[in-house]
Amino acid sequence: MDMQVAKKKLGLKEKYQVMTRGLDWEPSYQKKEDIYPYASYEGIKIHDWDKWEDPFRLTMDAYWKYQAEKERKLYAIIDAYAQNNGHLNVTDARYINTVKLFLTGVSPLEYMAHRGFAHAGRAFPGAGPRVACLMQSLDEIRHAQTQIHALSNFNKHYNGLHDFRHMHDRVWYLSVPKSFFDDAVTAGPFEFMVAIGFSFEYVLTNLLFVPFVSGAAYNGDMGTMTFGFSAQSDEARHMTLGLEVIKFILEQDPDNLPIVQRWIDKWTWRGYRVLTLVAMMMDYMLPKRTMSWKEAWEVYFEENGGALFKDLARYGITMPKCAETIALEKDHLSHQAWGTFYNYGAAAAFHTWVPEKEEMDWLAAKYPESFDKYYRPRLEFWREQAAKGKRFYNKTLPMLCQTCQIPMLFTEPGDPSKICYREVDYQGSKYHFCSDHCKAIFEHEPEKYVQSWLPVHQIYQGNCFPEGTDPTAEGFDPLAAVLQYYHLEFGRDNLDFEGSEDQKNFDLWRGQATKNG
Amino acid sequence: MHIDLRTVSIKPLRQTYDHVARRIGGDKPASRYQEGTFDLQATHNFHYRPTWDPQHEIFDPSRSAIRMADWYAFKDPRQFYYGAYALARAKQQDTAEGNFDFVEDRGLADDLPAALRDTVLKLLVPLRHVAWGSNMNNAAICAYGYGTAFTQPCVYQAMDQLGIAQYLTRIGLLLGDVAVLDEAKAAWMDDEAWQGLRRYVEDSFVLKDPFELYVAQNVVLDGLLYPLVYETVIDGVLAARGGTAVAMLTRFMTDWFGETRKWVDATLKTAAAESVGNQALLQKWIAHWRDRAAGALLPVARIALDEDAEAVLADTLQQFDARLAKAGVAL
Amino acid sequence: MSTVFIALQANEDTRPIIEAIAADNPQARINEAPAMVKIDAEGRLTVRRASIEERIGRGFDLQELHINLISLSGNIDESDDELTLSWHA
Repeated sequence: MDMQVAKKKLGLKEKYQVMTRGLDWEPSYQKKEDIYPYASYEGIKIHDWDKWEDPFRLTMDAYWKYQAEKERKLYAIIDAYAQNNGHLNVTDARYINTVKLFLTGVSPLEYMAHRGFAHAGRAFPGAGPRVACLMQSLDEIRHAQTQIHALSNFNKHYNGLHDFRHMHDRVWYLSVPKSFFDDAVTAGPFEFMVAIGFSFEYVLTNLLFVPFVSGAAYNGDMGTMTFGFSAQSDEARHMTLGLEVIKFILEQDPDNLPIVQRWIDKWTWRGYRVLTLVAMMMDYMLPKRTMSWKEAWEVYFEENGGALFKDLARYGITMPKCAETIALEKDHLSHQAWGTFYNYGAAAAFHTWVPEKEEMDWLAAKYPESFDKYYRPRLEFWREQAAKGKRFYNKTLPMLCQTCQIPMLFTEPGDPSKICYREVDYQGSKYHFCSDHCKAIFEHEPEKYVQSWLPVHQIYQGNCFPEGTDPTAEGFDPLAAVLQYYHLEFGRDNLDFEGSEDQKNFDLWRGQATKNG
Repeated sequence: MHIDLRTVSIKPLRQTYDHVARRIGGDKPASRYQEGTFDLQATHNFHYRPTWDPQHEIFDPSRSAIRMADWYAFKDPRQFYYGAYALARAKQQDTAEGNFDFVEDRGLADDLPAALRDTVLKLLVPLRHVAWGSNMNNAAICAYGYGTAFTQPCVYQAMDQLGIAQYLTRIGLLLGDVAVLDEAKAAWMDDEAWQGLRRYVEDSFVLKDPFELYVAQNVVLDGLLYPLVYETVIDGVLAARGGTAVAMLTRFMTDWFGETRKWVDATLKTAAAESVGNQALLQKWIAHWRDRAAGALLPVARIALDEDAEAVLADTLQQFDARLAKAGVAL
Repeated sequence: MSTVFIALQANEDTRPIIEAIAADNPQARINEAPAMVKIDAEGRLTVRRASIEERIGRGFDLQELHINLISLSGNIDESDDELTLSWHA
């Protein structure tokens, strides 16, 4: 008897089906709700986990094969970049501040994603989504590590990157990305998937990676470009997972729709607020600019996101309401954010500056409605003051939004001359918000957001000084103590780019590299 | 020969990140494993309690009864960060692919004695579900454990076990067809021989302490199952009965166990060496799960070994005890 | 009709892939950005294995696309022979 005759070769879909399906089983020695205790408390109803389709169908052997090839290529370039002092090829040393922001603000989130997807990958009772989540968990530790490895060479030569992990858990503006991910991970597994898998990966990730990575390429940073693109190749899988999750949940039960819609509204806004840092990076921190924040928003959110929400309309999903507010903010966001960091440049782990004249002209061309009218005069004034030796550093701690934790720097939608404030009274205390959307998020779950570790409150409560500090001692300087708590080296990591150690070293080293000594 | 390669020589400001330098005794060049592992997990100033576990912080050492002064005392002897891991597995999958091709191209599966093929299918294919269980458990340890040094290798272990489940599926398809997967699942669900093991796996799913789960899964169950099934039954007994081709198909599992046990031993050793309290706890957990695993594996061993099963299992247990004694946990 | 897109790294591996996509999808627009090529198409875009194989002269597994893929949009359907991106609306 020849069994081979009867055996037909399985196609990709059938093969994946038998490789993964049927691995799980209905338990009988333990109760299902004890094995998957987190699967039902969010109110999402799933009737048939087997309806889940994984579009990419990667088995582990194929995964190892292709990922190893990516890693080989990536590390070859990282090594070559370090050996050739590739950092000296960047357009100018101001660029390096974007990678500082990335390593301190984003890389730790990649790690959180790794742990978060491990949690989701354990929590779902269905085999298909569990495998997809775990594969993403594995990819995410890759992203954290390749970023740390690729940027290690920058850390050897420049300031501001040296204690990124310590800073991420403490520094005031880094509580914005940190609280975003803490929020997602502490939500239930379904909300986590909508928050990170869908809203962040599918709707917003292109805005983080594509401009950042093209920006790196355009500014001569091969190392960053390579890890960025290499990570993106995994992102394509992650985005797809995010979209499949949404479709799957919505197809399972009509009662899921209002819950999912609320999560999409919430997480699009939460993610967008974090991208404030990216907006500022694109418009102010890249010496050679690829596209403006506003253009990126129009291409990647309004156009591509628009197509996505049109597609999801068949499930009853609508474009998040916050999109209207975001459209009103797109002419202002990056300018208001950079202005704030310029003010607080003494307490940031990267350098700030006033843009050159040509850069302001570029901004004026990209933002004809707003730049010359509202922001150029302010920047020019700051430059004049600095030239007179009166560089303004703000030493008053700002009020923070209870939800997104960004200082109250945003203006009223439609009125860029007035700061937007909202407040809520809850259990005898007053809570402050930057916007209607952050306020609404709080109001839905106040018991969660009252827990926020707000850096400014914590400083005032005395929780952000090095151990053993005596705040009653003669001549105690609270801000100096806070910077010590951050491990931020005064005069090296912070203050103006002009006159910084980074600037001096870069000029010296580049001189050695390009001229005869 | 002297080669004068002219490059710009510039003096770096520092050799590595500060948090790494604090751990390796000062500012000196650090390995990619060190930079990719130390302190990666957040430890301070968490913003919110998990809605799914409000008793704990997002990452919280008190989820385990094991106490460590420093959870970065754990070291993976393989020094796996993602890149090193992916490259190691790509090489192994390349070998596995070659072995599957070799067996397939030469029709070696058809040359297996029918009784032997039957035994192999009965023994190996239900183990897909055990590997799947390990995938789930290692995902849990990775998610709820503390410190990257301890949790990082668990995501690799989880995905390795998914890979093993898929290799076992391929063996089933090569020696049989899609129907053998259903038969194996039916056996896993209902045959007396598999119920002890299935109960063990399901009971492990509800363990809350990530370190106890590590013991039940990676130390005990795999520590007995792999030597018994792959090293003794497949590579020894069945190979001698004309089943060398099968040993080629399970090469991945044999090599994998040889590699991962070094990490498991190192983890156990570090935890046990930390304190008398840890050591006592580990002894208690291991003794409990070892006896349960032994009882569960005996009927499985009988599938291939009949009346020899008890003696072979006793040998396996003895070797296991010796291995653990070396790792600092005498039973 | 909504636009779908696929973005690939610009390198020697992807040159024939981009050519194949352009040939199979006459409605597609090829946009070159720094180090990357983004291909937009109205409604639907198909990547065919056979067209790529013709150009590279060897067998090609569509999963090899992952190595150089940067981003995409649309619902995905992948078989052994083709990968399709589409919007339903």
